[in-house]
Amino acid sequence: MNSKGVIRILGFVVGLEGIFFLLPALVGLIYKEYFGAAVYLGLALVCVLVAFLIIKVFVKNRDRSKGFYGKEGFVATALSWIVMSLIGAVPFRVTGDIPHYLDAVYETVSGFTTTGASIITDVESIMHCNLFFRSFTHWLGGMGVLVFILAIMPMAGGSPLSLMKAESPGPTVSKLVPKAQKTALILYGLYIALTLAEFLLIVFDPSINVFESICHTFGTAGTGGFGVRNNSVASFSPYVQVVTTVFMLLFGLNFSFYYLLLLKRFREAFNFSEIRWYFGIYFGAVALMLIDLAVKGFGAGKNLIAVFFSCASVMTTTGYTVADFGEWPVFTHVIFFTLMFIGGCAGSTGGGFKVARIILLTKQIGRDVRKQIHPNRVTTIKNDGKAVSEEVLASINRLFITYVFILVISTLIIALDGFDFTTTFAAVMSTYNNIGVGLGDICVGDSFSMFSYTSKSVMILDMLFGRLEIIPMLLLFSPSTWKK
Amino acid sequence: MNVIIVGCGRVGYIIAEHLSKENHDVTLVDSDENKLQAPLANLDIQAVVGNGTTFSALREAGVKNADILIAVTSEDEMNMISCMIAKKANPNCSTIARVRKPEYLPERNFFKNAIGMSMVINPELAAAKEIYSLISIPNALEVDAFANGRIELLKVKVTEDSILNGMKVADVSKKFDRKVLICILVHEGNVSIPNGSTVLSAGDMISVILPKAYISTFYNSVSNSSLKTIKNVMIAGGGTTGYYLAEMLSDAGINVKIIEFDRNRCEVLSSQLSSRAEVINGDAENRDTLLENGLENMDAFVALTTVDEENIFLSLYANKVAPECKQITRIQKLEKDEIIASLPLGSIVVPRQLTAEYILQHVRASMGRDSGSSVEALYELMDGKVEALEFSISEENEVLNVPLADLKIKPSILVASIVRGKKFITPSGNDMIQLNDTVIIVTTVKGLDDITDILD
Repeated sequence: MNSKGVIRILGFVVGLEGIFFLLPALVGLIYKEYFGAAVYLGLALVCVLVAFLIIKVFVKNRDRSKGFYGKEGFVATALSWIVMSLIGAVPFRVTGDIPHYLDAVYETVSGFTTTGASIITDVESIMHCNLFFRSFTHWLGGMGVLVFILAIMPMAGGSPLSLMKAESPGPTVSKLVPKAQKTALILYGLYIALTLAEFLLIVFDPSINVFESICHTFGTAGTGGFGVRNNSVASFSPYVQVVTTVFMLLFGLNFSFYYLLLLKRFREAFNFSEIRWYFGIYFGAVALMLIDLAVKGFGAGKNLIAVFFSCASVMTTTGYTVADFGEWPVFTHVIFFTLMFIGGCAGSTGGGFKVARIILLTKQIGRDVRKQIHPNRVTTIKNDGKAVSEEVLASINRLFITYVFILVISTLIIALDGFDFTTTFAAVMSTYNNIGVGLGDICVGDSFSMFSYTSKSVMILDMLFGRLEIIPMLLLFSPSTWKK
Repeated sequence: MNVIIVGCGRVGYIIAEHLSKENHDVTLVDSDENKLQAPLANLDIQAVVGNGTTFSALREAGVKNADILIAVTSEDEMNMISCMIAKKANPNCSTIARVRKPEYLPERNFFKNAIGMSMVINPELAAAKEIYSLISIPNALEVDAFANGRIELLKVKVTEDSILNGMKVADVSKKFDRKVLICILVHEGNVSIPNGSTVLSAGDMISVILPKAYISTFYNSVSNSSLKTIKNVMIAGGGTTGYYLAEMLSDAGINVKIIEFDRNRCEVLSSQLSSRAEVINGDAENRDTLLENGLENMDAFVALTTVDEENIFLSLYANKVAPECKQITRIQKLEKDEIIASLPLGSIVVPRQLTAEYILQHVRASMGRDSGSSVEALYELMDGKVEALEFSISEENEVLNVPLADLKIKPSILVASIVRGKKFITPSGNDMIQLNDTVIIVTTVKGLDDITDILD
């Protein structure tokens, strides 16, 4: 274990967070929240100083050339997410907006992992600087902090891909271009362009002010879902809701798709099987839900925007809400649970198990059936016209088993709080898949503050497990990681 | 620069490693996914699983924007097809193929002209050339040629009784009329670029730059044994490299004995080689065979059997029986590591490293082609710790016409030589670089692209 190398990465993360603290400080100054601004400014100074000490003094030049491999990359990523959440929680606690530090950590982890599950009951009473920072964590956590660091500075030696692999969701992470730094730059370039596009489309709407537009866009881009109003998106105009629906879906797409479009390789882009499945699942869910609502007499017509919006919001794991779907029939709730599990595309900012993996899991079922009928038949699973190696398939299956295992254990622990089954299970699904809105007692407009601190700790871990796709976090708990 | 490497074997890996570290965009193509795992995990490159002789795989690897395609799969024909497809898909892409079958050797010019390959590399021929150059200068352990072979970089060991022992670097160049410049010093395993005040001591390994014509004068005065000319060479193993080498040596008037186990191969060799080369059908592992054929009287012994371990033992044996004889050992599979380097094996030749080095030299050279001052060739020395670069100056810049002493040159960079027309200058502080010179820079700093990069 090259611990100096890992600590060096942590140094960069702390420094970067310090620099980003300047943004909420600026917001604080604009809204004359001088105490908040001072807190952020002070923290920024401390972080930058600590980062400087780590990078320049603690880690010597000769330590840099030491091996930095897959293991170090995964551990560095997991630790980075924990460290930046712990630091990011400080201003919430110090400014007094969230009185308990663990609650503040919960809120920050929920932000960085783009979950959007909040323990704040009255969002409109929170300082602007804190609201801004809360939404900003979504934006940064969506594409990834280490990807950002890779984009702005070249990593000498070692394996930069291991950092990206740990942070970018998907069964197989490949670079868009040969250099990791260029890949990261392209990803962030696309990300910033899409973010700007959404902001410009909604900022002129009278139902939303500039500050709210910024926070709302951050929440959509990262597929996070922290709202700036107590009723989430419901009080914005239908125009804003429709634009948000479109952009949630866009941010849930695999970013390679945009890169292919950029290269004018349209045919490849639109033949991308994951994209087709993604929209297939989405429109299928919308259709089923509308039929069920019409049949059960809830009225499909008046809920049209709400259904399109909610399905996009849940499937891309954003978690914005426009209507109280808690009152809808149970069938729609089961569809929501299914969408929560499936999640967005690989290589997007969304969470969940990812459409790409679902495709491969489904295709394996078909293969096993064929294998039973013709035992000697040799079958390879193909995706986008290419054979998928057994190793990739096996790793997806293993991940699925681990996923279910953690899901069961988390539900067991949270069940101790004594809420009904829907609430308990929804709490786990919602945090584990980084969605942020649940069902039962934690449905639209409710906060997660009622859970015990044990349950909140479990959910904090679930959010991190979900965002980093389990393995990097598990590595932290394995004794062999830390052996010399 | 965008580089596509087709074939991820040892050579492909070495090239990918160097080019990605020099900040080029490297894409590896191989049909075996498992072979791509290691480079993907360790290097900052992209990989495409696919057959490198198909347009679809090459398109996925980005051939349309590629500057160079290097085909180093195990099959000559695949390499050629890869290059042809790349050239058709993108005429601006220069192509390099490894082609090793001897029957293709006479067709090199056809490949270059008709198929548009910019370089065809034959590893066996490269190895044979390297060995030939080692044999033609005895006891210099490693030789590289610069400026079309007018200058040699010579690696010499400082012995106890050598006049160099205890001498200052500055005094060495004075003693030899300023024709000799010590470029690299290996002192107790540390590689450095010495300055004038560095004192040499016994056991040091030095690399010296000097005109070819001056080699014997220099050599005779630094060692007490005088330079003897090579007359008799024994080659163990009559494979392709052995054949090329025997041909070169016999053309140069040197007597050659090839020991080859396979009777049929012997007949082929004997029919193709001139009568100066004796082909012996025998087992090189049998010591009597070696002694019978006069190993003790040989001036050089080259171990070229197919098994690395056998080559090592043969060289060790030759070292024991005929200590005066120069040994050259070829290693194909093993790593040339400290253990092998510590054995008295004479010079070690690693064909895959040579191939990679030749290709890298070419890539580096073609890289600067559109800029004013360009890298003509690049040589990696001391296991890649030191680079020697050849720049040709074709454009005015701030380095020109200023005495070297007045230039702020980065530490660890040495202007080792200036070639002006037919004149060879070993530069001192008063010398200047002028237009149309060829300048040789020796440095431990990597990634120099342009002559102006030497400035601090």
